[in-house]
Amino acid sequence: MTQPLLQMSGIVKEFPGVRALDGVDLDVRAGEVHCLLGQNGAGKSTLIKVLSGFHQPDEGTITWNGEVSSFSTPAKAIEHGVATIYQELDLVPHLDVTENVFLGHEVSRAGFSQRTQARRQVRDLLARLGHSEISPTRIVGELSPAKQQIVSMARALSRQTRLLILDEPSAVLDQEEVDNLFRVIRDLTEDGVAVVYISHRLEEIREIGDRITVLKDGRTVATGLAVADTPTAELIKLMTGRSIEYVFPPRPEEDRGRGDVVLDVQDLALAGVFSGVNLSVHAGEIIGLAGLVGAGRSEIVETVYGARRASAGTVTVDGKKLRRGSVQQAVRAGMGLAPEERKSQGLLLDEAVFKNITVSSMRRFARLGFLNRGEERRQATELTESLDVRPTGVTRAVRTLSGGNQQKIVLARWLMRDCRVLILDEPTRGVDVGARSEIYQLIRSLADRGVAVVVVSSEIEEVLGLADRVLVVREGAVVHESAATAIDEAAVLDLVMEGKVPA
Amino acid sequence: MSQDSARVEQAALDADRERNSALAVLSTSVGRNAGLVIALLIICIVGAFTAGDRFSSTDNALTILRLAATIGVVSIGMTFVIIGGGIDLSVGAIVALSSVWCTTLSTRMMAEDTHWIAMVGVALLVGAGCGLVNGLLIAYGNIVPFIATLAMLASARGLAEIISDKKTQTLTAGGVDVGGFKDFFTRDILGVDVQIWLFALVALAGWILLNRTTFGRRTVAVGGNLEAARLAGINVKRHTVYLYVLIGVCCGIAALMLVAKTTTGSSTHGNLYELDAIAAVVIGGTLLTGGRGTIVGTVLGVLIFSTLTNIFILNNRSFSEQSLFKGAIIVAAVLLQQRLASRNSST
Repeated sequence: MTQPLLQMSGIVKEFPGVRALDGVDLDVRAGEVHCLLGQNGAGKSTLIKVLSGFHQPDEGTITWNGEVSSFSTPAKAIEHGVATIYQELDLVPHLDVTENVFLGHEVSRAGFSQRTQARRQVRDLLARLGHSEISPTRIVGELSPAKQQIVSMARALSRQTRLLILDEPSAVLDQEEVDNLFRVIRDLTEDGVAVVYISHRLEEIREIGDRITVLKDGRTVATGLAVADTPTAELIKLMTGRSIEYVFPPRPEEDRGRGDVVLDVQDLALAGVFSGVNLSVHAGEIIGLAGLVGAGRSEIVETVYGARRASAGTVTVDGKKLRRGSVQQAVRAGMGLAPEERKSQGLLLDEAVFKNITVSSMRRFARLGFLNRGEERRQATELTESLDVRPTGVTRAVRTLSGGNQQKIVLARWLMRDCRVLILDEPTRGVDVGARSEIYQLIRSLADRGVAVVVVSSEIEEVLGLADRVLVVREGAVVHESAATAIDEAAVLDLVMEGKVPA
Repeated sequence: MSQDSARVEQAALDADRERNSALAVLSTSVGRNAGLVIALLIICIVGAFTAGDRFSSTDNALTILRLAATIGVVSIGMTFVIIGGGIDLSVGAIVALSSVWCTTLSTRMMAEDTHWIAMVGVALLVGAGCGLVNGLLIAYGNIVPFIATLAMLASARGLAEIISDKKTQTLTAGGVDVGGFKDFFTRDILGVDVQIWLFALVALAGWILLNRTTFGRRTVAVGGNLEAARLAGINVKRHTVYLYVLIGVCCGIAALMLVAKTTTGSSTHGNLYELDAIAAVVIGGTLLTGGRGTIVGTVLGVLIFSTLTNIFILNNRSFSEQSLFKGAIIVAAVLLQQRLASRNSST
């Protein structure tokens, strides 16, 4: 057997409060397509970033071409011959194709750029990629996402690339373009280039992949599986197999009468993103929305909340129809949102805990616009004590708290308002395992107090364990709705990945 | 729970709160502003050495404060706009337009014996109106503040030139009771000019508004994290409009002070105020990216600049040397703040 081009062993990467990689092993051979499989949050993105030099592993070794190497900066990784095509394309939209391809290693002589020569090289690269119709002088921002991806590929090929990492490349492509991409990949592997291919679409992996490595909760659970000999059921089992037991609070008795419908969503649509979403949530009920990143889950809840302006449909809270695209009205009607990006969308990180909690209910503490800060702090203290936020002290900056405690602050904000509908987008992202059970308990106790709860999560386990009813979202449409107890993890995974329940 | 234990808890809570607020004060206003006070003291020592008694006298102190008053009022407004994540380049032009508008209306167009308060009303309304236009363009027209207020800078001064026909309008007795106006804005209260009192009043009101009201809290939220503020249910667009109206009103007040002081209204009033105000706010420790800043810092920033100007004048140095030095001070102050900020965040 030939020596692998890349060998990673025991890679560990920790972020404050989270162990993103917890012992990853991966070996990639020259000339193969190695597929990386795993649910959202399994650690794939972090692994790519370690490989391309953005993150330094805390433990573990990387062996490159037989030598122990460090990929200490992106420049170092590029020097080794690692090129990455990210999901979010990293091109400069205002520059033309040639300038983007040679960004960082311009073709020049004595400081003067050799534009004609550079364009000729780009034309050759594009022809090799099967897209000679793209002009080297086109402005990149004017190209379609698929064509931009080709430009990214050309950039990778313009250097001596020995390992090409493709992060969900097919997400922006139609079938014909995917076929073309596969042709290019086969060309490259014939020249001895190694490819790491990440995709959620099993059918693609079957078509292009040679071997598979499966990640789960930051660990390699299987590596080097031959694509041809591994049945789909086996892969799904590997991806879902439980390695950490979360404690979910018990659901209320089945026959306990449900409350009235609090949140009612009819035929909601956001042009080009999702359409025809119907949803009704009763008081005391937890609804779970499962689906892949990019399936439209966050967009759906943000539209319900009014943060995005719906193109069609209605949202009703307690029988009152809400105006489209008005967060203020949604909040006034009793809705609250704990957004997906807690730090950038949810919190004022440098402000005190109590200010973050009272920001949505300032009116309660104000008389003629003057705030009663003592009262603010008193009530915030009460609330943070009941939620067991640690460390205590409501005047400390939110930035100093851990992810789980920051999430509690966001929840406290809506508890302060006594809200009727609470939407939680990825409530346990960046929350360490220990604090998760606490957050789950908190969400259930809110429901028990009569709040209608909508939970969005990429972790199927979380949706199934926490929610009473589950909706599966795929490509902007709800493809399944049932009681959480009526469906299992493998079936949901099959739904989100392939849109159908296995026979 | 017994009453006793409740009381003990309350006492513990109070003690904690006191300790916390003491710490908060130390690490924020006083801590950050102590450096500015020291800088101001050093400048005063330099002044005392180079200009002697001409510098260190009560009269000269009042001169410095008088110098600081007009630009100070504008700077308070600027502090709010910058903390709220914006910038206003049009303040000088708005001051000019307000001054010209109120002198024209009051000296030529109003009936005999109109009370001078009409002039005040006009100046404040013109300022607020310009601010409203700025705010609407920025919040609802989605024009970046830099561009929207740059456009206002050009057009407000242009309009001021048209109204005044590029002539300086002297505040002569006409329709309005001009004497009463001048008397009010140039009189002394307890030996201190009314203009200095006005600056103090605006600064105090600004401090209360920023630190004790929902308006101030929202300003910090909008400037600190616009998206989070929006998702928390704050009407960020409307609040942005309010911020620019607020600074417009401040410009109106500054225009009145200038008109009274110079007894003229002119389209050249308030020239380069935008730069002086922004410089004072930045020196005062307010982040240009928004979300953080203090009124006390801004007041100190204004005082530092006006004291420097005073020292340069007393030593017969040219305006050009002064400008050169100002530029150096701005760079030094910002470099120092960055150094301090990085040390704070690393510990």
